Amino acid sequence: MEVPILKQGDYLIATIQAALTDADLLKLHYALVEKVGKQRSKGVIIDVTALDVLDSFATRTLRSLAHMVRLRGATTVICGIQPEVAFTMVQLGLTLEGISTALDLEEGLALLMLSKRREV
Amino acid sequence: MANETFVTIASVSDIITAREHGRNIGKALGFSSTDLTIIATIISEVARNILLYAKTGEMILGPTKNGTREGIIIIAKDKGPGIPDITLAMHDGYSTGKGLGLGLPGVRRLTDEFEIISEVGKGTTVTVRKWVMQNE
Ligand SMILES: Nc1ncnc2c1ncn2[C@@H]1O[C@H](COP(=O)(O)OP(=O)(O)OP(=O)(O)O)[C@@H](O)[C@H]1O
Ligand SMILES: [Mg+2]
Repeated sequence: MEVPILKQGDYLIATIQAALTDADLLKLHYALVEKVGKQRSKGVIIDVTALDVLDSFATRTLRSLAHMVRLRGATTVICGIQPEVAFTMVQLGLTLEGISTALDLEEGLALLMLSKRREV
Repeated sequence: MANETFVTIASVSDIITAREHGRNIGKALGFSSTDLTIIATIISEVARNILLYAKTGEMILGPTKNGTREGIIIIAKDKGPGIPDITLAMHDGYSTGKGLGLGLPGVRRLTDEFEIISEVGKGTTVTVRKWVMQNE
């Protein structure tokens, strides 16, 4: 299942559907990095509301994704981490250090707009 | 152990299948939704280790009992290369691959009972049990 990437103004929104395979995650990785450059996006939102598990592999992928997006001059916000998933991640010792997070899509967009305004 | 489910782990989609079985077994046992997420995550970590380090293996999932306590047992078994130093492998941040090295120590933190048996050249078996929280 491929992840749809929507463009909204200066931002890209990728909504991850339930139970992605590793190949899908990697594909998303490359698609986003490419699109950030092509569309000159300033921010990327990754919506993980539908994900029921964020294991060490998925966390590592999200972290490297955010890192690559940053190297391309844009900011990543991960939104929609479910409370059960957040609890499990903490116990596993998984962190999303250096990546902004938001409760939902709306807050994620607000966060990106805020950081853009600060830069002006 | 009655009612076990066997899942062969040979590709990434098998991880998702095993996760779903674990959730269903857990749900039937009355685990909370947080515990169901924990169960799915445990399965994900040990199944991925099989894929990464042993290529193929097997998972056995099922209900288990200890006196009046009910819970789930999760076994991940492979005939891969084995782990030379288990103490080291259980350390946060230790990885021979590109991983975060959090899988095994994380799984131990997420379970009530954790056992790992590994022999170099023979394989690895991880067995974990998690009990349903009892209401007083
Ligand atoms: N089934 C296995 N067979 C052989 N070696 C294993 C197996 N499971 C784990 N190991 C070894 O133990 C190390 C630690 O495993 P652990 O799951 O904690 O971390 P990781 O897989 O390296 O990274 P992460 O799980 O955070 O992505 C691995 O790097 C590997 O060397
Ligand atoms: Mg691992």
